[in-house]
Amino acid sequence: MATTLRSARSGRYYVVMGFIGRLLLNLVLLTFSLFCLVPFLVVISASLSTEQAIGKYGYTLFPKQFSLLAYEMVFVQASRVMRSYGVSALVTVVGTSLSMLIMSLMAYAISRRTFQLRQGIAFYIFFTMLFSGGLVPFYILVTQYLHLKNTLWALILPGLVSGWWVLVLRTFFQDIPEELLDAAKIDGAGEWRIFFQIAVPLSTPGLATITLFTMLGFWNDFYSALLFIDKEALYPIQYLLWVILQSAEWLQKTEQAQLSGVRTQVPILPMRMAMAVLAIGPIAFGYLFVQKYLVRGIRLGSLKG
Amino acid sequence: MPADSSAEIAPAATLTRPFASLPRRKLKLWLRDNGAPLLMSLPGILLLFIFAYIPMFGIIIAFKEYRFDQGIFGSKWIGLYNFKFLFSSAVGVRITRNTVGYFFLFTITGTIGSLLIALLMNEVQGSFRARFYQSAMFLPYFISYIIVTYFVYAFLNLDSGMLNRILVRLGLQPVSWYADPKLWPSIFTIVQIWKGIGYGSILYLAVMLGISPEYYEAAKIDGATKWQQIWHITLPMLVPIIIIQLLLSVGSMFRANFGLFYNVPMDRGSLYPATDVIDTFVYRALVKSGDMGMSAAVGVYQSVVGFILVILSNWAVRRIDPDRALF
Repeated sequence: MATTLRSARSGRYYVVMGFIGRLLLNLVLLTFSLFCLVPFLVVISASLSTEQAIGKYGYTLFPKQFSLLAYEMVFVQASRVMRSYGVSALVTVVGTSLSMLIMSLMAYAISRRTFQLRQGIAFYIFFTMLFSGGLVPFYILVTQYLHLKNTLWALILPGLVSGWWVLVLRTFFQDIPEELLDAAKIDGAGEWRIFFQIAVPLSTPGLATITLFTMLGFWNDFYSALLFIDKEALYPIQYLLWVILQSAEWLQKTEQAQLSGVRTQVPILPMRMAMAVLAIGPIAFGYLFVQKYLVRGIRLGSLKG
Repeated sequence: MPADSSAEIAPAATLTRPFASLPRRKLKLWLRDNGAPLLMSLPGILLLFIFAYIPMFGIIIAFKEYRFDQGIFGSKWIGLYNFKFLFSSAVGVRITRNTVGYFFLFTITGTIGSLLIALLMNEVQGSFRARFYQSAMFLPYFISYIIVTYFVYAFLNLDSGMLNRILVRLGLQPVSWYADPKLWPSIFTIVQIWKGIGYGSILYLAVMLGISPEYYEAAKIDGATKWQQIWHITLPMLVPIIIIQLLLSVGSMFRANFGLFYNVPMDRGSLYPATDVIDTFVYRALVKSGDMGMSAAVGVYQSVVGFILVILSNWAVRRIDPDRALF
């Protein structure tokens, strides 16, 4: 009798505490989620604001005076801004395609147990992750010997092969049953054909994840441009964003030159933010589609180590 | 390329030079198995050779008085002069202290934060809310540090920044965030938590999902509360992976995040006491002050210590869990 009473009380206690606990738990998660999203909101809001409203009210969560002028300026007037997006897009597309082709070919090769040099090459790749010559020799090589300064190749070539991703890719290829590849070989398929028609299709989830990270690397790259680009026509968008944050005159001069005769004041602050929003855009958009996939890929990759 | 050419040449060679046929046939046989994979890995090998291996030999610049007109080989040897200069000045100490200090600050806050979020997320697994939380928390990971700089700027700039507006409305003095180095360790930590927690928690969450539900069922039958379950089952199961993660991260202690320390504080000189790390110093010495030898010396210092740290941390990991060691 006594025991059932106690268990009944503790049962109710658990229900109440459980409810409060879940409430608190969700509150913490919700708060942190909003904390993650607020900066996006502030920048989007500023991009949809007028210059005067930002001056008067500061940066706010929602625009006090709604205006699309900043976006109009970016799209219609600022051919140079659009050019930077073009540079980034081109570097991202070319860089990612080349990078994925080169890295996955290499990873596939060293995943083949019949390949006698596989361990040697794996170590050759691995050593680049352990030791580096540092920035100065790299900088001198690219500028003085390869003469890549102020070319788009300086933004593409050095980042094509990442030792880390090659080794991760190798683990994906190693998961393919050896018998499958051997069977294809007996049927007369060469390594190239096995790679393109069997290995790649069977490793799509892993390849997709790494493709995404590679794309992100090229799109978000700022450092290469900081080092190697000082010609305005070759500024990728991330670098242009840095330049106009340092000196607003860039936008003022160029836009006012093009707007001669138009009385509208250039909305510097909203326009800057609009450009930032447009640089986030492709990432956020792609991210929403692949998020679930991505989480699975990262779990796979990280658990394998 | 090697596979094809040898296939054409080999038969002709056997006719004209019979004595050469054996090694050639061997080569041909070897190429039949290894030619294609070798060719496949060739572009990668070449690129790594150019952009990773050649610069490794360039570390000799650190021991020279480098001049562009004399080139790497023509410049004068000056021994350890650059290193002496580096460590006799306050700069060497400052950038080392900042780099290592921030490493510990970010690693500790990041690990605790990721664990906490993973523990909470583990309780709401599978719901629609969980998907929303995860999307929101993961998003900052994909944002470049330039964009982060814009975000921080919108909050912190002196006259129109959101934080100062709030301070003024509360009747307080606005703060010049971009002028006071003391504020930056906290700002950096908040930025890193904002950017990295969502990603960091995924690994721990994955391990939690792998814990057999039987443990929890048994604990429930024995009347264990949620807290007791977390304390006595979940956390102990996570300890090995936490230790491994911490040890592996030690290898990157000497590598600081350039974007975070250069872009986010907008490269303000007055903030250098709190924002200057090895990577930003190397860049500035190279491009802004053009002091090649000094910059190269810091680079060598970073590479060598980094190399030792990786070896040590990997040795430690290997002793705990050989499967997780890098090599």
